[in-house]
Amino acid sequence: MIVELGHFALILAACTAIVQATLPLIGAQTGRPALMAVAEPAAKIQFLLTGFSFAALTWAFIGSDFSLRLVVANSHSLKPLIYKISGTWGNHEGSMLLWVLILTLFGACLAWFGGNLPPGLRARALAVQAAVGVAFFGFILFTSNPFTRLAMPPFDGQDLNPLLQDPGLAFHPPFLYLGYVGLSMSFSFAVAALIEGRVDAAWARWVRPWTLAAWIFLTIGIALGSWWAYYELGWGGFWFWDPVENASFMPWLLAAALLHSAIVVEKRESLKSWTILLAIMAFGFSLIGTFIVRSGVITSVHAFANDPERGVYILAILAVFMGGSLTLFAVRSGALQARGMFSMVSRESVLLLNNVLLAVACFVVFVGTIWPLVAEMLFDRKLSVGPPFFNMAFTPFMMVLGAVLPIGAMMPWKRAKISRAIRPLFPALGLALAIAGLAWTMQTGRSLVGPIGLFLGAWLVFGALTDLWSRAGRGFNVGRYLRLPRADWGRVVAHSGLGVTMLGIAGLTAWQEEDIRAARIGESFTVGAFELTLEGVRQVEGPNYVSTMGDVRLFQDGQEIALLHPEKRVYPVAGMPTTEAAIDYRFLRDVYVVLGDAQDGGGYTVRTYIKPLTNWIWLGALLMALGGTLSLTDRRFRVAAGAARKTPVAPAQGVPAE
Amino acid sequence: MNMRRLIGAALTVAALALPAMAVQPDEVLDDPALEARARELSQDLRCLVCRNESIDESNAELARDLRLLVRERLVAGDSDAEVMDFIVARYGEYVLLRPGTGGSNIMLWAAGPAGLLLALIVAGFYLRRRAASPGRSEDDLSAQEQARLDEILKD
Repeated sequence: MIVELGHFALILAACTAIVQATLPLIGAQTGRPALMAVAEPAAKIQFLLTGFSFAALTWAFIGSDFSLRLVVANSHSLKPLIYKISGTWGNHEGSMLLWVLILTLFGACLAWFGGNLPPGLRARALAVQAAVGVAFFGFILFTSNPFTRLAMPPFDGQDLNPLLQDPGLAFHPPFLYLGYVGLSMSFSFAVAALIEGRVDAAWARWVRPWTLAAWIFLTIGIALGSWWAYYELGWGGFWFWDPVENASFMPWLLAAALLHSAIVVEKRESLKSWTILLAIMAFGFSLIGTFIVRSGVITSVHAFANDPERGVYILAILAVFMGGSLTLFAVRSGALQARGMFSMVSRESVLLLNNVLLAVACFVVFVGTIWPLVAEMLFDRKLSVGPPFFNMAFTPFMMVLGAVLPIGAMMPWKRAKISRAIRPLFPALGLALAIAGLAWTMQTGRSLVGPIGLFLGAWLVFGALTDLWSRAGRGFNVGRYLRLPRADWGRVVAHSGLGVTMLGIAGLTAWQEEDIRAARIGESFTVGAFELTLEGVRQVEGPNYVSTMGDVRLFQDGQEIALLHPEKRVYPVAGMPTTEAAIDYRFLRDVYVVLGDAQDGGGYTVRTYIKPLTNWIWLGALLMALGGTLSLTDRRFRVAAGAARKTPVAPAQGVPAE
Repeated sequence: MNMRRLIGAALTVAALALPAMAVQPDEVLDDPALEARARELSQDLRCLVCRNESIDESNAELARDLRLLVRERLVAGDSDAEVMDFIVARYGEYVLLRPGTGGSNIMLWAAGPAGLLLALIVAGFYLRRRAASPGRSEDDLSAQEQARLDEILKD
């Protein structure tokens, strides 16, 4: 019954979305406030209905209602509760429902917190948001209904894919979707602004927090996914340039570009058309990502041809929304007048360079991702584009970005002198060079990846600190640091986060040590500075799996520092094995142990990796997200968002120099 | 959705009851220099039954066969290029994770540099216009904008 109510609520939400997509738009065009006012209640109702629908599906998963086709295919009564819940979105239909739930959540947030937006802009943005909603409600209801019942319910389900039964992956999709779909907000604002033919500093100030929020979630989501791949897939890689990963990475790159160009619109009223275009494209890449993931087209053209319904539907959504908004852009972007002037060397130009690098980097990832498809369709060549290509073609962009960033962050608006921006950075540059030089002398005869990566990472971190130091008047007055606008703190933290991630990547890529061997029970062996003993291997029974668990003692300088339990699990219901690496996490290095198969002569395959600085990859991502959050709580957004607060605030002491 | 490898894993399970684990101890060559070359090459070769995995990472039986083949050729004295040619001749260019630059692939490899060049030229023109354009000065707000600005700053 609850399931049917959930289905019904979803249909009602779709109807609400249709109303919200049309009436407010008509109202805004014809100047009828009554019609425009439909948008807010509609957005809230739409969210509540979709929320109910999602809750109904979750309820079916928690209660293991095996009369639902989706629950049978993705759940099992013995599964731990948390994975019953995460099973709701660990499949196509459920994840699309989560997609629209978040879409309507953002719409509702705009209705709740957008009180001080101009009514026309708000009505139009909500209408565009609902139009996207209509398309995806249709997609779910017509091609991917999660509420399909079975005539003959089985006794138990087929279990969720064991790889997905993991805390990291349980929360990976919600964060990723909050990011993906959050970009719909920037898109809706961009289209609304194009319809109005008006983009100004106030517009940028309203758009930026939404983009920032989406980017923060995307950062966390990608980091969670990458961390999961690191500990779950069994050899400790962190990024694989898989099409599905690229699908989330492309919107992230464009959202990062959009964040920066929106600052130029807000502070300087320039780069308007470009910012609008970026907002459209960022969401476009979210849709492309959804298409890539949901249609299976990249895995195999033939898989797509066999079951084209879903793929074609999303492709149609993509064509309508991108075609429509880009046409609108072509027609209206001329009306967007740029105001601020600036010289070739200025903060504006550097931010433009940042945008060029990020956008072209995104383009490279895009071309690499779709190239196998293009080559097969147009040139009849069946080929692969894998990590070696991306590492070669993409990395240079990040290196240039990293090299330029600290200098750019020191430049003033309008007109700058490179020499003046660089001078305070000399200590940072010297430190970074010293670290790179030290690394280079310590590692004789290895590749330059390590030293260069360390240099860039250290340069970014020290550069960010220099940035902070000069904002605070180049002194050590704590009060001045605390009084800095949070946006300054946000910038510094996020930029150093990028540096920390680069340090981690450099450490892992350049100095990983690996040991593969067949070890007998009780055997000790040395890997790098560590000694390991395989004490024993036993069978352990988990709630819904059977595990072969090793006991490995880890010694450093003769001292035991950890007892590790690498596992090989078999999930009998799904009939799939997984490896659970045992990792001794430390600040400067991870020791990563994987248990392999039993060997013919007795003993087991044991793979051991020493992975320097690896945690810094995700620590950096966290810092980027934290920086974004600090920036999000900057006074100017709180002021723009909290119109209800009427307490008099002391006038700002001068204009914050940013 | 980091669901990479699901299909690969499913295929692997379908193909064999007991999946192996990437490079096995018994595959490792005695000569560390040759082994290092074999690992390098393995990272550029695709496991054909997996989803976007190199044979160096893959658990599949076929990947193991390819790894052994690479080592066999290296021990026989082939250069890196000869090994790759040998494998491409047998399995097609699909096996290369780093696609060659020949034929239409030149577009793939040129996309980045060409895109960057184009973007820099466009940006350069834009910047020159911004720097030169007489335009309106920035203090030139319309009355409506001024009113709105006051409203924002008032709070």
